Amino acid sequence: MKDFEPRIIGFLCNWCSYAGADAAGSARKIYPPNVKVIRVMCTGRIDPQFVLKAFQSGADGVLILGCHPGDCHYKEGNYNALRRFHLLRTMLAQFGIEKDRVRLDWVSASEAEKFVATVNDMVKKVKILGPLRKTAVA
Amino acid sequence: MAKPKVAFYWCASCGGCEEAVVDLAENILKVVEAVEFVLWPVAMDFKIKDVEALQDGEIAVSFINGGIRTGEQEHVAKLLRKKSGLVVAFGACAHLGGVPGLANFSNRDRIFDYVYHKSPSVDNPERIVPQEKTVVREGELTLPEFYNTVHTLDQVIDVDYYLPGCAPPPDLIMNAVEAILTGNLPEKGAVLSPDKSLCDTCKRKVTKPEKTVIREIKRVHEVMLDPEKCFLDQGIICVGPATRDGCGERCINANMPCRGCFGPTSRVDDQGAKFLSALASIIDADSEDAINKITDSIADPAGIFYFYSLPASMLKRRLDI
Ligand code: SF4
Ligand code: SF4
Repeated sequence: MKDFEPRIIGFLCNWCSYAGADAAGSARKIYPPNVKVIRVMCTGRIDPQFVLKAFQSGADGVLILGCHPGDCHYKEGNYNALRRFHLLRTMLAQFGIEKDRVRLDWVSASEAEKFVATVNDMVKKVKILGPLRKTAVA
Repeated sequence: MAKPKVAFYWCASCGGCEEAVVDLAENILKVVEAVEFVLWPVAMDFKIKDVEALQDGEIAVSFINGGIRTGEQEHVAKLLRKKSGLVVAFGACAHLGGVPGLANFSNRDRIFDYVYHKSPSVDNPERIVPQEKTVVREGELTLPEFYNTVHTLDQVIDVDYYLPGCAPPPDLIMNAVEAILTGNLPEKGAVLSPDKSLCDTCKRKVTKPEKTVIREIKRVHEVMLDPEKCFLDQGIICVGPATRDGCGERCINANMPCRGCFGPTSRVDDQGAKFLSALASIIDADSEDAINKITDSIADPAGIFYFYSLPASMLKRRLDI
């Protein structure tokens, strides 16, 4: 599927990863434009309903980026995100949503390179998977 | 004054909702006294053409239980909608899809394949499966279309009220009937049960420690359950935190955890995701491996979190089949 450009929703935490993405932008680093970023105050604020909403609304992938463990602005919001993440991914697989469509990673404010690499890798993987298949519901 | 006309119909359901009406015991006489039934397939012999002969809006209220799985169910639901002033989704299946809605993790082909070929009790050497049209000597026989997906009632017709529960408890049914008969109704679209979570009134709440933590998840048959203690605190999955109140805690009182049949409160769009969130946040582990070890021990998370509400969830069904 050469022409497929995945739509990916990125939930980025305000304190680390959004700043990391910002740093990548300021440094004029090139990365694919497939990720639509939604800034949240903390990955701990990401209700699993947000992820479902993204898929329901047509996203092919969801990328969640937060502060490294130990660095959370609110002490342990990112641990909460981690606790939800694995269970959510297991559950989404039962809905036929492959593991590579949802990713949680840590990107600090200074890790512009890592942000770019993560986006590149995510886009590559979701491209291989193709569009999120939608069964006819009738 | 003529008695208000009432219809009671079943779609993809188990019959438990009909049973719940019979469970009204002597109260059912009050209902029968006050209304005139025009359709109630399980109990009385009316035909669809009797309903078709009624004027639009002539039925005061139709109670419809069960999800929508076939073309015939959709057809009758639409007919009743046209002929009725009010439509009440009766029970978890009509409200949220219910247990039959768990079939949305599969699809029509797989279901037919299992039921007519693979199920161990089936003997079907000619591999016959139901057809929508079959020509026999006497003419053409038809069966309703079996959909790929189970739908909630409100995905097919406009619904005025929801009576939650599997099945709805007698007191809620009587309250609803009385409210309808006296015209003392809440806002359209209301779920006729308190809009707070089950934990709020659960008597085991008092035993809930300040901070519940789960280190190991167990299933009910694996442990001796303490009949006083909060289930979550015993490592048993209880969907009470993500479920609407009003059931009278029948399961909890029978020492069984909540499975969520009342659906979520009005602030929640997806009961399963909400419960997942609540459960994950009380897991007592910080490292990826330790967290994964606990969550991996949940057998069939999607099945348990959406026990009653898969067709009403954001994703509605498995997407890849
Ligand atoms: S709500 Fe429960 S009792 Fe009613 S039809 Fe569905 S499974 Fe049966
Ligand atoms: S989790 Fe279950 S047992 Fe515990 S308080 Fe809530 S409803 Fe009651």
